[in-house]
Amino acid sequence: METLDARGLLCPLPVIRTQDRMRDLAAGMTLEVLATDPGVLEDIPAWCRVHGHEVVSSEEDDDVVRVVVRKMHQPGANEEER
Amino acid sequence: MASAEHSIAQSRAKPPARPRRAAALISGGLDSMLAARVMQEQGIEVEGVNFYTGFCVEGHTHAIRKRDRATPKRNNALWVAEQLGIPLHIIDVSSEYKDIVLNPKHGYGQHLNPCLDCKIFMVDRTRVWGLMDDGRFDFIVTGEVVGQRPKSQRADAMPVIATESGADDRLLRPLSAHHLSPTLPEREGWVDRDRLYGFHGRNRKPQMELAARFGLTDYAQPAGGCCFLTNEVYSAKLADLWQARGERDYELDDIVLLKVGRHLRPRPHFKLIIGREEGENRFLRGYAKRFASLHTTSHEGPLTLIDGEADDADLHLAARIVARYSQGRDAERVTVQVSHRDGRVDEYAVRPLSPTEVPRDWTVGARLA
Repeated sequence: METLDARGLLCPLPVIRTQDRMRDLAAGMTLEVLATDPGVLEDIPAWCRVHGHEVVSSEEDDDVVRVVVRKMHQPGANEEER
Repeated sequence: MASAEHSIAQSRAKPPARPRRAAALISGGLDSMLAARVMQEQGIEVEGVNFYTGFCVEGHTHAIRKRDRATPKRNNALWVAEQLGIPLHIIDVSSEYKDIVLNPKHGYGQHLNPCLDCKIFMVDRTRVWGLMDDGRFDFIVTGEVVGQRPKSQRADAMPVIATESGADDRLLRPLSAHHLSPTLPEREGWVDRDRLYGFHGRNRKPQMELAARFGLTDYAQPAGGCCFLTNEVYSAKLADLWQARGERDYELDDIVLLKVGRHLRPRPHFKLIIGREEGENRFLRGYAKRFASLHTTSHEGPLTLIDGEADDADLHLAARIVARYSQGRDAERVTVQVSHRDGRVDEYAVRPLSPTEVPRDWTVGARLA
């Protein structure tokens, strides 16, 4: 599992960094996102819902938020992620 | 023969019509949401584009301030995308956006908001991203309404945006289309101009009625728009930053820090950024290696950053100010620790300033607030 360290970044930057890293992952791969902005607990799941990816887990501990997401598909003809 | 005839018939047949695709600028507000929804109603495949400039009101201060944590937070652009069932592409333009803020060809609005240049920039970026790179989209949609904003949405600004962005007649404003010349999507029949709208001016009622017709009841209506540059006090803080540094420039951290804490400039060459509550203190602590910082050790108090160069007399004054905002504000002596960027630590035992000893004009933007 790859890890994205987005600690210290404010939303929407952790979401943008997640979006950019997910672009390079193969379908089925997971990405762990570490962040300090609690907004990612709402925003990354919302981003996953609109793009059809899965939130495997999310938790907040000692002011660090950890969200694990799974890429569910490669970009199709109608959704070419960039 | 039969196969030859079939082949000729095939070559004369029109290629199967594919759904037309629009890239819609999604701010998270009602107008862009409606514009995208109007396109969906006409069978257009819509995907959203949202730009992060660094000045976006979205998230930031809400995320930082602990006391706001109880209220639900959401990224409004993502929320809109979810309501419409469209993908949303969030693009970080914060670096290149600096040129728009520092050198707006069309000047500023009421404050340091370069709204017209900003709109041209965003449409242009969408054009390059969605129309040019591989032609995935056929046209661009925005939620602009003629006459709604004094500068960027004047009737005469609309063609300027279309032309200077390079989108030309591939830029469609569904909410105000009846006040504008027919665009390519209308002329080609990809969209039905009769089912577009003629909204105009600052009255929000038509948009709210249209939202109700679509069954959209939950949407953001930010009073000052979605950009901090339209905020008078924020713009004053940015102008103060430029004046103090002697140049009009900024880094992303600068403009984020302008959103956080109480900003006091007791002397022209340094400014204090004082956390107002626990969430802000925690956020400012993340910058404590890049700035000299102060915190009270004898009493509970805020974390404070020093932006600028402060000598011993300045630090003494800064310590007295910080003490004023601590739990020891009424004490005879408060101990304040100063952590320098090189790792040195000094301690000052000071008498807190009284409220009358903190002039109002030390607070950056105070005369405006």
